[in-house]
Amino acid sequence: MFELIANQYNYWICILLMMAGLYIVIDHTNLLKKLIGLNIFQTSVFILFISMGKVDGGTAPILEEGYNVFSNPLPHVLILTAIVVSIATTAVGLALVVNINKRFQSIDEQELEQIELEEE
Amino acid sequence: MLAVTAIAIIAMRNILSVIMLGGIYSLLSATFFVLLDAVDVAFTEAAVGAGISTVLFLSALAATGKHQALTRKNHIIPVFVVLVTGAGLIYSTSDMPAFGDPNAPVHTHVAPRYIQQSGEEIGIPNIVTSVLASYRAFDTLGEVAVVFTALIAVLLLLGLNRGSRQDKS
Repeated sequence: MFELIANQYNYWICILLMMAGLYIVIDHTNLLKKLIGLNIFQTSVFILFISMGKVDGGTAPILEEGYNVFSNPLPHVLILTAIVVSIATTAVGLALVVNINKRFQSIDEQELEQIELEEE
Repeated sequence: MLAVTAIAIIAMRNILSVIMLGGIYSLLSATFFVLLDAVDVAFTEAAVGAGISTVLFLSALAATGKHQALTRKNHIIPVFVVLVTGAGLIYSTSDMPAFGDPNAPVHTHVAPRYIQQSGEEIGIPNIVTSVLASYRAFDTLGEVAVVFTALIAVLLLLGLNRGSRQDKS
């Protein structure tokens, strides 16, 4: 059992970070903080992919004489794309938050719900 | 370290310090990527995650005002959901290959071909670059399309609002 945990601690770290992000997204009412939680969630997925690409004793995947063992380059390519897409989605989310604040003078979910009830 | 920062972000009430901790978190994850031999990912994460994203969050904070109170609602349901999901995920890790195992399925299919052939076929020593820009160039084109769409969305969201304000005045 202990050996199992020691072999797979990278997944445990990812799950811990992912659950921290999920908790922030569900529990906190401030929309900016929700987006930060979403970022933490995304980073945990990046770490999951990159840690799966790691090979014991390997180096960075750059061809150079004297090195034969490389980490898997494919997760790196995937995650490079994912990082750029994540910043794009974050930018759209932030633009939405700024717009919500201009319209309602609040970015707190509970206050927004109250405003919505009053308008009805 | 990463986990401590994430938990500090949960506990922190001031939104400005939350954003700063988010930047620190990105930088820590970038150093973690260096340790895992993913240098390209590390400098992208340091530039995009710790740099641009923090700047974007700070400008959004400047536009919304930093005196926002961080109120919270009922804790029990979110904690329950998070614990159940986490337990399910931890249960599923028991089938995953061990960390750093060279015989894991992810290393045995197409990756060896890229590592052995890309030096001759493309002539770039960095395998990540040759996969990204040559073998998978269409995916990268798609990524550029996504970024372009996001840019248009941001410009529409912020620009239309400015137009309506001018109408009022």
